[in-house]
Amino acid sequence: MTARPRLVTRREALAAGVAAGGGVLLGGCSRPMPPTYGSLLRLADNLTYVAHRTLLPDESLVREYGRADLTSFPAVGTIDPASAKRAEVAETYRRWLTSSFSEWRLSVTGTVARPGTWSLAELKRLPSRTQITKHTCEEGWTAIGEWTGVPLSRVLDAAGLQPSARFVTFKSLDRRYDSIDLLDALHPQTLLAYGMNGRDLPVAHGAPLRLRVERQIGYKSMKFLTELIVTAHLDDGGGRGYPKNGWAWYTGI
Amino acid sequence: MARAVVARSLVHGDSEHARLSARRVTSPCHEQKTDQMNRLIGRESAVDSAPVHARWVRLTHWVAAASVAALAFSGVEILMVHPRLYWGEAGNDLTPPLLELPISRNHRHGGWTTPTPLLDGPGAPVSAGRTFEIFNQNGWGRSLHFLAAWVLAAAGLAYVLAGVVAGHFRRHFLGGREALSVAALWRDLREHLRGFVPLPTGGPDYGPLQRTSYVVVVFLVAPLLVLTGLTMSPAVAAVAPVLLDLFGGHQSARTLHFAAFAVLMLFFVAHVVMVIRSGFGRQVRAMTVGDRR
Repeated sequence: MTARPRLVTRREALAAGVAAGGGVLLGGCSRPMPPTYGSLLRLADNLTYVAHRTLLPDESLVREYGRADLTSFPAVGTIDPASAKRAEVAETYRRWLTSSFSEWRLSVTGTVARPGTWSLAELKRLPSRTQITKHTCEEGWTAIGEWTGVPLSRVLDAAGLQPSARFVTFKSLDRRYDSIDLLDALHPQTLLAYGMNGRDLPVAHGAPLRLRVERQIGYKSMKFLTELIVTAHLDDGGGRGYPKNGWAWYTGI
Repeated sequence: MARAVVARSLVHGDSEHARLSARRVTSPCHEQKTDQMNRLIGRESAVDSAPVHARWVRLTHWVAAASVAALAFSGVEILMVHPRLYWGEAGNDLTPPLLELPISRNHRHGGWTTPTPLLDGPGAPVSAGRTFEIFNQNGWGRSLHFLAAWVLAAAGLAYVLAGVVAGHFRRHFLGGREALSVAALWRDLREHLRGFVPLPTGGPDYGPLQRTSYVVVVFLVAPLLVLTGLTMSPAVAAVAPVLLDLFGGHQSARTLHFAAFAVLMLFFVAHVVMVIRSGFGRQVRAMTVGDRR
């Protein structure tokens, strides 16, 4: 049998494939990353983040369901800030409750043209979106709920993002601190939700306002929101944030 | 008669022939003798010309073994955090489970506030707040699971690509008349059940039952584990909702993920038992440094 000349050898093809794959993922290295605090596990979280942002389309929408699909919904984490151990948290929340949340405000600051605060009534005057989606808890359970609220992108538009804006940091009354990138912040299904299943958002589920980040695990959907800070750099919250406390910052998986 | 064949084959140095002949000795009264012959032939095959495990097989085997160990360890931890399995898209402490595993204190039914309806009307879905601290080590559990999954994905992809390119699957998984015949598989199964110890060839000269189990694990169980795992990722399911349809929802995928893991663990036990029974040191050496001495 005569040897046929080969344009590309098997070895060369494999090497080229590996190099190309590496190149695709290396592109993500220019992306700002949450700190790893020297942990291999946090490094793996970042690999997942890069892989998702590189390989998955940015605009994909999660599945939405019908009203007949609504299920029972456990409330976990902080379920009643009025009975919080921290006195100022409990006191503030009780004040909000007695005023039917008219004393509650959401502040929007950071790299925006028009920083300011929003009352619940003002947020409700913005165009709303209602979606029935699946909540995926890191513990392993899922629940389907209907969420009504204002798309986060509307509030960010109203505030006027500056060109350097890349991330949105969130703070809550129960002292949680977290952030998402602009791809999730501007996603059409990312809501500031004030309604659940056609009613006002229940206390146990984060009244008066909670976040819905539908393409990530449940703990990114922060309850009892108070502050929203647009940043040019990723702010993981340090000692108050998830990565330093042993949890992934990006949880699309 | 079979013994005579074996003996003759050994004399002629044709250990492959001897091995096949030995496999066919099924009469109970010959079993003890057959074992002795197998050991004899086993030593003999150290100098025969049967193929040894290729370097890429040895490398991917141990990378996969290490990552499967990490995946199993972290997977059990994750399951302990919510040891309830469901069918369908949604399932939680307030909905009935398909199966409840008593593997952590988290399947406690008390510890919830009085349920309040989330909609009007009878039989409406409810909400209740958890009032007890659960066992939850998912911070490292989940991240270790996904780290190991990345490693296994890389090793698995390399293994399958190399296996196709090198003709490993064609020659050693599917090839050979013994593997393809139902009769051979049946005979091999009966021999295994009777305690017949296969020869430690220290190479990819797999028996019918052995190669069938490898085909099932590599081409059925592993892809099922990967796909059901991906189905549980909210970002991946947003891109490929067909995964949700394929498995009947997020919780069905989670249940199937666990079922496939259980099958993989059965394979692991059988695999290790066979490695021990056919000569542990020799087999490990063959899979590590790639020689049979």
